[in-house]
Amino acid sequence: MKQVEKMKVLRNEKIARSIFEIELEGNLVQHMSGPGQFVHLKVTDGMDPTLRRPVSVCRYERKKSTFTMLYRAEGKGTQLLSRKTAEDTVDVLGPLGTGFPTDGLKPGSRCLLAGGGIGVPPLYELARQLKAGGHHVTTVLGFRSKEDVFYEEAFREFGDVYVTTEDGTHGAKGFVTDAIDRHVPVWDRYYACGPRPMLRALETKLGTGGWLSLEERMGCGIGACLACVCDEKNGPGYRKVCTDGPVFPAGEVVV
Amino acid sequence: MTDMRVSLPGLDMKNPIMPASGCFGFGKEYSEFYDLSLLGAICVKAVTPSVRKGNPTPRVAETGGGMLNAIGLQNPGLDHVMEDELLWLQQFNVPVIVNIAGTTPEDYCRVATAVSDLPNVKAVELNISCPNVKEGGIAFGTDPVIARDLTEKVKKVCSVPVYVKLSPNVTDIAGVAQAVEDGGADGLSMINTLLGMRIDLATGRPVLANGTGGLSGSAIRPVAVRMIHEVSRKVQIPIIGMGGVTCADDALELILAGASAVAVGTQNFVDPFACPAIIDELAEKVSRYNVSSIQELSGRSWKTSATQLLTNR
Repeated sequence: MKQVEKMKVLRNEKIARSIFEIELEGNLVQHMSGPGQFVHLKVTDGMDPTLRRPVSVCRYERKKSTFTMLYRAEGKGTQLLSRKTAEDTVDVLGPLGTGFPTDGLKPGSRCLLAGGGIGVPPLYELARQLKAGGHHVTTVLGFRSKEDVFYEEAFREFGDVYVTTEDGTHGAKGFVTDAIDRHVPVWDRYYACGPRPMLRALETKLGTGGWLSLEERMGCGIGACLACVCDEKNGPGYRKVCTDGPVFPAGEVVV
Repeated sequence: MTDMRVSLPGLDMKNPIMPASGCFGFGKEYSEFYDLSLLGAICVKAVTPSVRKGNPTPRVAETGGGMLNAIGLQNPGLDHVMEDELLWLQQFNVPVIVNIAGTTPEDYCRVATAVSDLPNVKAVELNISCPNVKEGGIAFGTDPVIARDLTEKVKKVCSVPVYVKLSPNVTDIAGVAQAVEDGGADGLSMINTLLGMRIDLATGRPVLANGTGGLSGSAIRPVAVRMIHEVSRKVQIPIIGMGGVTCADDALELILAGASAVAVGTQNFVDPFACPAIIDELAEKVSRYNVSSIQELSGRSWKTSATQLLTNR
């Protein structure tokens, strides 16, 4: 059930260049239903910035009523968010969207997770749930440069991790698709979240059999404003990223 | 207790607050948050005779105190809206206003004729002011003669009152308002969004795929106040005011300027509970004025000489 709640900030820390990790506490967590969902944040009581900010859920703990988000402090809204400290509150609308499906996998399936930049966070809860479900997780993470890398060690808890950077300052030089060529030739299902060019390259290389999480500029986040639509690949219609997604089966929408 | 009811052509409203067209879909999403019967009325998203896909993304861009949108009147078309959305809205005790758009006068007439047959559709709103479509939309709203002719045509075929939504993107909005009043309009909605643009500093290109978009949000409220103040003095028909309303004080400002009811737009995106919150807050705010009905406040900014309106100051 979607709701709006002033959630308490437990911690808010910088973990990489412009990347912050924030943990929030509140009842809304009880309604989170799977990996890949997102929340819509209002970071100020004033009028500027006007709109809420969509941020993916990185992990959640229903027993503790807490969840963690990672965000890039880039624009006015996320910079304001980065100044929040413990005991501050954040106005959260959520949980929103449909996440990554983990059902329908045979026991012990090989799952390939590919994340790029700020698209990495929702894969964390996914990896955790896949591992808990007895599946094999291999993660490929792509960043621009060494200073941008985060969560490399965190993902090792679930299986093999391969990191690429565009400038080669950490891990292998190149893109996630290069690492998949070298290290993950076989998989049963893939999951990806990252910039559109990365998703396009992955879909071209890996085809169907995977799930892609999209990002788009949003107005309301609940399906009313039609700002965040994307085109269906094999039809005249459109899908809403906020409510039909953000996760879509590979091949269903134009990425 | 101040009477919060508002009576307008076709619309018996329990309070003066409604969501603005385009900012509420057809209500389904917001019904997950509260009972839509709380609203004074519901103005649904623009309806065209056939399915409209709208503009490419990105469709929204933020600005100081507001946002630009270029959705492009995306909607599922008249048949789907009739059979699904408007029928679904019948479960709520709330009058529905259907916003109508098209590329020809025949489009407007076709939609108006069809939707006005439904029992819960109590009025239509002619969208002659959308800045985001190439044909129709604003083209009908910037020329007083064309606006009047369109109003006349729709009035002839429509069995419910007709409100005309005016564009602020004109030099003489009062001239357009008087023209549509001459054409038989039962009321006005004003204002639609202001045409704007943002440029991405990194690419040097407009942020919106459409290039330009409509500016909404609190940044445009002073424009709305000025235009409502100006127009309400020159027409006899009532005005549904809109433009940057975020709270009860904002709604009151539009009412004092000359609006009889107030629509809330962008604020629904910021806070899904915006409309019921404003309704609650408005009752408390209005009780501080020495009036028996909120309707007495409409146009007080020019109807009375300088007086102390608030009783508890």
